Amino acid sequence: MNFGPLIFLAAFFGLTCSWFGFVLTPQFQVGRLQQTNTIPAGALYPVSRPGLARQGLSVYRANGCAYCHSQQVGQTGTTCDVVLTDPGTNQTALLVALRKIRPALSESEDKELLASLPKTIRQGVTKEEADAAVKVLTSSSAKATTWIVPVGPDIPRWGIRRTVAEDYLFDYPVMTGSQRVGPDLANVGVRMPDANWHLRHLYAPRSAVKDSVMPLYRFLFEKRRIEGTRSPEALTLPPELGPEPGYEIVPKPEAIALVAYLMSLRANEPLFDAPVSVAAAVTSNSDTNAPSGGTSTPTNAAPTNTPPTK
Amino acid sequence: MTAPSAQPASSTAVPAGQAVPVSEIDISCRLPLLVLFVGAAKWLVIGWIFALIGSVKFHSPGLLADYAWLTYGRVHPAFTNSVIYGFCLQAGLGVLLWLIARLGGTPLAHRWLVVVGAIFWNFGVAVGVIGILAGDNTGFEHLEMPSYAATPVFLGYLLIGLCGAITFHRRRERKLSASHWFLFTALFWFPWIYSTANLLLVTFPVRGVAQAVIAWWYSDNLLVVWLSLVGLASVFYFVPKLTGRDFRSHYLAMFAYWILVLSAGWGGIPTSAPVPVWMPVLSTISSVFFLLAVIAVGLNVCESIGCSLRAVQGKPEVSFLIFAVIAFGFAGLMRAGCAMLDVNQGLNLTWFGPAMSQLNFYGFFTMALFGAVYVIMPRLFGVELPWPRLVRAHFWLAAAGVVLLVVPLTFAGIFEELNLADPQKPFTVVMHSTMAFLRVSTLGDLLLLFGHIFFLANLSGVVLGFYRARAATAYAEVTADLFKPAGARS
Ligand code: HEC
Repeated sequence: MNFGPLIFLAAFFGLTCSWFGFVLTPQFQVGRLQQTNTIPAGALYPVSRPGLARQGLSVYRANGCAYCHSQQVGQTGTTCDVVLTDPGTNQTALLVALRKIRPALSESEDKELLASLPKTIRQGVTKEEADAAVKVLTSSSAKATTWIVPVGPDIPRWGIRRTVAEDYLFDYPVMTGSQRVGPDLANVGVRMPDANWHLRHLYAPRSAVKDSVMPLYRFLFEKRRIEGTRSPEALTLPPELGPEPGYEIVPKPEAIALVAYLMSLRANEPLFDAPVSVAAAVTSNSDTNAPSGGTSTPTNAAPTNTPPTK
Repeated sequence: MTAPSAQPASSTAVPAGQAVPVSEIDISCRLPLLVLFVGAAKWLVIGWIFALIGSVKFHSPGLLADYAWLTYGRVHPAFTNSVIYGFCLQAGLGVLLWLIARLGGTPLAHRWLVVVGAIFWNFGVAVGVIGILAGDNTGFEHLEMPSYAATPVFLGYLLIGLCGAITFHRRRERKLSASHWFLFTALFWFPWIYSTANLLLVTFPVRGVAQAVIAWWYSDNLLVVWLSLVGLASVFYFVPKLTGRDFRSHYLAMFAYWILVLSAGWGGIPTSAPVPVWMPVLSTISSVFFLLAVIAVGLNVCESIGCSLRAVQGKPEVSFLIFAVIAFGFAGLMRAGCAMLDVNQGLNLTWFGPAMSQLNFYGFFTMALFGAVYVIMPRLFGVELPWPRLVRAHFWLAAAGVVLLVVPLTFAGIFEELNLADPQKPFTVVMHSTMAFLRVSTLGDLLLLFGHIFFLANLSGVVLGFYRARAATAYAEVTADLFKPAGARS
């Protein structure tokens, strides 16, 4: 009996199934994704990277940064905090409500709390508990919000929320990376906004991080004899890592583009699939209390944007 | 598609029992397989030189830092592509052709086409590796060769695969063994996934994260499905042959086949991936199903050798194959464990990931192929291996090398993961916690490189021995007349 066609059919069947599953369906589900809106600000997300950053992406690809750097922040879940923002007019009712939510505290402690709003009332609870607490508080004409906090080992280190399909919408190629020899870079533009630091780090990683094992990218820079005055874009390096006296190190256009790309890596906007509450960093003096990673609980910053409530 | 079953079967209706003599089959394979095997061994050595350069850079990152083409992010893909396309697929195709011819009792069809295909293939891989070093990689892992290299590679495969399919179709032995199923499936699995990946990622790229999904799908189908199909076919064929025992169970083998074909193609999407959850969930399920295949293969091989290593003694070729089966099992376990037990979803992004993939493509596939090639080469040429001791040395170097490569990386990965889980630990601490392990793994790489040089030496030795013997006979023939009386000439 000739089994040849049968083998062919078996293999054809197996491969077709996995092809439909992991090639065609993702194409329908995420390949047709459109820009979405940030929540609740409603801005379009993502916006396409600026031209220089797009060139930088191709420097990143050509030099295989992705073999050591992932661009995918994971999160194991979210917890919720309840933040009281405004005591409202009916303080007695509010105190009763607070008693219900935090029976452990004394009345004087509650009063103290009300003096320094906004304040986190409960921390690390489920969405249901948080919403219930908010309901109790708001029934007393006070204003309170549920604050969504992503959790997981990646979050305090590298991200504000997990990365989702939208974050990569306009990139080609998408380099999620497969290994973390170095830190995750999905959000590096937010975490480390100093372009000069990055240039120095690329030229001589050990000038920025002691005993770094990141390779040196000296070929992205040019060594020039100093003619007259030092050029403004030359790197300031410690003497043992810099060039010999009379020379200066100037970034080539590739290096500038690469750093522009790094600066454009900002997977931090709150989205419907990846809700996170971020403090509004708009007012002039709020620079200092902008969240430095997701763990810092919003004790001082006012949550002006509420996450989606069902 | 290389679907021979669609062709009419008239020309092949040679009655069973009239098998072609084995020697004739071997002669038909001689030149094509020589090109494939020597080409493959050469790529292995080249690839491991890249691997060593990459590995050393972790210890002194300033090394060769002024040369763009030698930066880690280029030599590393140059290494994986040399080894996967240069060695694994190429040597795999050689073994596949020989097995199809031998199992079917028919000479290799159109061997010149195979030679042309192999030349295309090697040319393509060379162009691809140079392209990667020049900074032209596609940015998709395991598919880095730029499109101008992918085209000759694909053409080369089609030519070789077509000959394999025709040979399969012309088989005189109509009864199919398990190896047949594995091989024939592998034959057309590759062109499908390779063309899909190239078309949808490089030629007409899809948008956004769908790219990453397709790249994962491709890697998994290549490195898990294709390599398993061909590697297991060799194990199932050679282990019983070399130990002189019966193959334990056709049905267990077929069970493993169905698992591979129906479920292994769904693996590859890591739990950390920024994609809809159903994808990593399916991949996790697939990696668990894979364990069933591991058990089936383990049982089958174990019982085929009487579950004792005595069968292996004095036969380094068999040692390679048994080592491969063990590595296959551990690689499967690591994949399933990583998908299921890792609550923080970061283990696959640590050094554990490379440990897993190296165990699979090196510990399993390459080792299985070494065993197979060491058996096939002498038969093709009818000469013994010139340095049988080197085979044993190669085995021990390779085995020690794999262990020194995979075990430290596994631990490095686990420590990395534990350290990363503690947000108080700065990243530099995490980075330094892995360095001692990386040093050991560089030693593993070095041992492997020596092993590969022995491999190349033995293969070249067979060829040289063959031509020397030929030259000697030819010389004897030519000179024989000189000593005969003139009248005796005819
Ligand atoms: C061999 C692996 C490797 C490669 C390749 C590599 N890096 Fe790194 N990178 C590291 C390591 C390790 C660190 C952590 C130590 C340090 O900061 O120097 C790091 C740190 C960084 C940081 C600082 C991130 C942080 O959170 O502290 C940036 C930015 C960076 N790399 C960018 C790049 C770019 C851009 C490329 C490609 C041109 C690249 N890296 C290639 C290993 C690598």
